[in-house]
Amino acid sequence: MQEEIVKNIILGEDEDYIINMGPQHPSTHGVLRFEVSLQGERIKKVVPHCGYIHRGIEKMCERDTYAQIIHLPDRMDYLSAHINNEAVCLCVEKALEVDVPERVTYIRTILDELNRIASHQLWWCAMGMDMGALTTFFYGLRDREKILDIFEESFGSRLIHSFNTPGGFMHDIHPGFQKRIKEFITYFRQKLPEYDRLLTNNVIFRERSIDIGTLSKDDAIQYGVTGPSGRGSGFSCDVRKIEPYGVYSRVEFNEILMTEGDVMARYKVRIAEMYESMRILEQLVDNIPAGDYSAKMKAVLRLPAGEFFQRVETARGELAVFIVSDGNKSPYRIKFRSPNFSNLFIISKLAEGFKIADLVAISGSLDLVIPDIDR
Amino acid sequence: MAFNIYDFTEFTRNIDAGLRSAMSPGWAVFVEYLIIGLIFLLFYAVVGLFLVYAERRVCAFIQNRLGPNRVGPQGIFQTIADLIKLLMKELVPIKNADKLLFNIAPFIVIIASFMAIAAIPFAKGLHAIDFNIGIFYVIAVSSLGVVGILLAGWSSNSKYSLIGAMRSGAQVISYELSVGLSLLTIVVFSGTMQLSAIVASQADYWWIIKGHVPAVIAFVVFLIASTAETNRGPFDLAEAESELTAGFHTEYSGIRFAFFFLAEYMNMFIVASIAATVFLGGWMPFHLGPWTGFNHVMDYIPPFVWYAGKTALVIFIMMWFKWTFPRLRIDQLLTLEWKYLLPINLVNIVVVAFLVLMGWYL
Amino acid sequence: MRSVINYIKEILWGVRTLWTGMRVTGGYFVSPGEIVTQKYPENRDELKMFEGVKGEVIMPHDENNQHRCTGCGICQMNCPNGSIEIITRKEMTPEGKEVRVIDKHIYHLDMCTFCALCIKTCPSNALAFGPEFENAVFDKTKLTKILNQPGSSIKKDIK
Repeated sequence: MQEEIVKNIILGEDEDYIINMGPQHPSTHGVLRFEVSLQGERIKKVVPHCGYIHRGIEKMCERDTYAQIIHLPDRMDYLSAHINNEAVCLCVEKALEVDVPERVTYIRTILDELNRIASHQLWWCAMGMDMGALTTFFYGLRDREKILDIFEESFGSRLIHSFNTPGGFMHDIHPGFQKRIKEFITYFRQKLPEYDRLLTNNVIFRERSIDIGTLSKDDAIQYGVTGPSGRGSGFSCDVRKIEPYGVYSRVEFNEILMTEGDVMARYKVRIAEMYESMRILEQLVDNIPAGDYSAKMKAVLRLPAGEFFQRVETARGELAVFIVSDGNKSPYRIKFRSPNFSNLFIISKLAEGFKIADLVAISGSLDLVIPDIDR
Repeated sequence: MAFNIYDFTEFTRNIDAGLRSAMSPGWAVFVEYLIIGLIFLLFYAVVGLFLVYAERRVCAFIQNRLGPNRVGPQGIFQTIADLIKLLMKELVPIKNADKLLFNIAPFIVIIASFMAIAAIPFAKGLHAIDFNIGIFYVIAVSSLGVVGILLAGWSSNSKYSLIGAMRSGAQVISYELSVGLSLLTIVVFSGTMQLSAIVASQADYWWIIKGHVPAVIAFVVFLIASTAETNRGPFDLAEAESELTAGFHTEYSGIRFAFFFLAEYMNMFIVASIAATVFLGGWMPFHLGPWTGFNHVMDYIPPFVWYAGKTALVIFIMMWFKWTFPRLRIDQLLTLEWKYLLPINLVNIVVVAFLVLMGWYL
Repeated sequence: MRSVINYIKEILWGVRTLWTGMRVTGGYFVSPGEIVTQKYPENRDELKMFEGVKGEVIMPHDENNQHRCTGCGICQMNCPNGSIEIITRKEMTPEGKEVRVIDKHIYHLDMCTFCALCIKTCPSNALAFGPEFENAVFDKTKLTKILNQPGSSIKKDIK
């Protein structure tokens, strides 16, 4: 009975050797199952199976009011929790046509960029660990602790904040916020070249990542691979440039594009994005306008009937929120277009012909967070 | 009985004479075997435990943290606690596994490393077996370990183990060539394969200094090749945790897993001892040729301490490799051996032969 | 001849990149700088948490054992997953009016998602986050807490 439920769906010839990189695996960053059909060491076909952590977030949002749904998108892509929340809040504010104070938009953008750096730091440590360089895990986490301290001081929790709410924030930020960010920027600018010396320029790492898992630009556009994975192939998809929200239209930053599309290109895009995020933070951190931390909102929010849409750029790609409302307190239907869901299914195309070790490198470079796939 | 820590030959000869006078020669030899066997078992266990602790500490310092520091003062009893835990674990029987081979495999690995350790000189006169083909014996015997790995992978009846064992087998067999050839350079330099004679020939300078450039190249190649031989460091894809759970020893639990684990650390120790003996002078203190005053000062430190220090240095370098570099893929590993290390080794040996002919070494 | 030179150059470049990486980790081995881990159970006395850390929801009582909860039930309505249950009872004031008074404010710590909506929407600011984070227990019924302490009463002049 058990064997029938976990059926292998690759119907191969007899000499195929089917291996399960099963739901519990140290390198798939979550509960994801890869069914790999091998010939010797070469991969013939990879089929990913997701759905092990489906929690019904979209359905749960249908029974909560608009102020209550903010505690759920946090838990989808938990490494860019603030950006997910901001997407929902921006959508609701757009529907209600509320003007949030300037202070709120500034601080939201600053927190976005901090979240992006924290997420990329965790990606770097996990990537090094998957490749076998176990010290990179600790160096990345050590640097990430500084950002988590900033979060803990202002919001009380490190990863999942629930700080955004339609109209602004729950309470004001701590007075030590700006000082800590400046300290962090000086500290991290001096540590980031170390990452290059340890991993990027290493001959072993280069051998394992150059020309591996090449994603062409057409494939990226067709499959909808956004975020740093798509930008590594030359697909210009940064929502912060296409449809700026927050303060992004007023700060200067570059969109990093590379053309090779292999693992090394995606790696370099993310490292360069960390530098760009620090540049944005330096421009914003001293100029936070004073003001209210929230606009005046009614106690019970009712959106007018209709459909509302908002896109944001999370650390992994484009997240879109689509709310269908029929005038009630709760959404009739809310749909999240999650970036990791589109990024996942390109693996079966990228990994064909390479070896198992390359599968680990490719899935590390795509930077998947599994709860975002399953929602 | 004079117990001279600078020269153990008197001590061992006295024990031998004592035993022979107390019982018949056959029995005396048998009792000597027993004593040496017990000493080696104890040494094996103690050094193995210490190396596991040392690795955890070194790895922790590199990673900005402390390592085991609670069980016992500075955490030195941590490994013993782990060993007790492993002893108490359930030995999970595998369905459809080949029972005999499954049970034998860990023992073969341990026996291979035991046999290699017997030929290494620890101090002057403290040498269990002094063959006249010492190096040849050590290389030959340490390659028996691969049989244990292959048996473990095959008899576990599991796909992961099989892939891990096949990879490891290919790797070990390829790198034995490099190990042998790099040791051959020193054999050509010193003209003998007997380990005690090699150590004695380093009385003026160590071979890594005497044999300048080719000896340094041979040392580096030996270090890389022996890290690959012992399945350690950047060459550990046979037990790559992030890829195949645990490779060839996935299905082993409890004390059998402890054997594999211990054997890996002891192999590292053996390889480091060979490097220290052949390249760095074994138990010979750091002499600088004609400067007798300096040599005299260096002689105050007992040879056993010199030997332990050199081995510790080489072990530290191997641990440093492991915690810095990402892993190599199997085809890159084999490329490294056949296309890079082997040609370098061959050219090196020709150069060394030429140097010895012309006498252009210290 | 050119290929031999390229070959040797490749080897030397490879060795140099490996050596740069080793210098980084070797540097940390020799001088680890600040140790990022803390010896957790032993340093409980010196542990300074940030204020406002989201450990659990508490109802602050002042020195006269008085709290600010009126039993209005707004926190119960706003909690997204039902972690709060309010039980009230009727009481006679000295003037002879019948008022509603909080009997039990039940808080399920095992279901709480720490979204802070109850704290934000309470009209009398009766709730707050407490710093106690060591809440792991073996018995799940211990995680159902009653937030108002026995024998406490509401402060005066709270509507």
